[in-house]
Amino acid sequence: MVQFNLPKNSKIKKGNYFKSEKNLKNIKKVNVYRWNPEEGVNPRIDTYEVDMDNCGPMVLDALIKIKNEIDSSLTFRRSCREGICGSCAMNIDGSNTLACTKSSKEIKGDINIYPLPHMPVIKDLVPNLKQLYEQYQSIEPWIQSTKKSNGTEGLQTIQDRSKLDGLYECIMCACCATSCPSYWWNGDKYLGPAVLLQAYRWIIDSRDEERQKRLKKVADELKLFRCHTIMNCTNACPKGLNPAKAIGSIKKMLVTEKSS
Amino acid sequence: MKSERPLSPHLQVYKWQLSSLLSITHRLTSIINLTGITFFALWICMLFLGENIFSYYEIFAKTFIGKFIFIGFSWSFSYHLLNGIRHMFWDIGYGYDLKVANLSGIIVLILSFILTFLAWVI
Repeated sequence: MVQFNLPKNSKIKKGNYFKSEKNLKNIKKVNVYRWNPEEGVNPRIDTYEVDMDNCGPMVLDALIKIKNEIDSSLTFRRSCREGICGSCAMNIDGSNTLACTKSSKEIKGDINIYPLPHMPVIKDLVPNLKQLYEQYQSIEPWIQSTKKSNGTEGLQTIQDRSKLDGLYECIMCACCATSCPSYWWNGDKYLGPAVLLQAYRWIIDSRDEERQKRLKKVADELKLFRCHTIMNCTNACPKGLNPAKAIGSIKKMLVTEKSS
Repeated sequence: MKSERPLSPHLQVYKWQLSSLLSITHRLTSIINLTGITFFALWICMLFLGENIFSYYEIFAKTFIGKFIFIGFSWSFSYHLLNGIRHMFWDIGYGYDLKVANLSGIIVLILSFILTFLAWVI
């Protein structure tokens, strides 16, 4: 049964307020979800006053500034700071995106930051994405071919290669998967937009020889057809990709392509 | 590890998108329609039961709540029908681009009101 409310141990309490010492003109309040496994208490929201005149333009810059100057215990993942590693995926201002490519100025009022939705929290803004990675593994994300390599690249026509545009750019940041209500309620069975986009990426790769096997594997009421075209995924994708379309394409393929 | 991991907030913090709102409305109208069809069947039964019993229906239909329910049902039917057509376009592979999907959603919403209006004026 779908549980809309948060479980008892996940209810959010009021947290600490970190006031900036000086009287600064350009202050922005940043509200951050905090949870520390060592403390054994419920998660809370801490509020930090951040001097935006001395802060980089992106939300990640604000988080790093908080960690450096205000509260070193704040925990979050980050690496490339340019939207290619997918580490700093989190829920900012009500929707999932990468902190490093989201401008603080775009956000009116306070900046609210939560971890990716409906995931077990490891600490603060760090969610446990194990389930998603296992599902990713289950679609066997590599080229499967019986052809022996002759020492050169596996060539594709320009048309075949262009079919991968809008798919290969996916960085598996999990913004889409954790924005999807269907994935929230049925994440243990439904593969979710991220993994299905990846599945489609291998299904339509002309160099792959296991298309039928892949299609058969994904053709399942729960794995695939829990997608109801809610399109939160496409709205969230920080890379501007369209997982909803990829899922739609798989659904269509299952009807139009004869399975052997 | 002392405590079990909490679940990060989801519905509580996620901002409604136009697409997700229209999607949940589609599902809600399906439930309303199911109830509506049941009452529609009852209404037909009342027709056969004769004037006396049918007059109850007529009295109810003239009250504000009655009107609200009947017009609500027709909107619910219109919306579900039109959004169903939108879903069919998706199924044949069109209309997935964000702009197109948002536009088609708005069109469905507007048309559903127009359809309801037409149904009650004409």
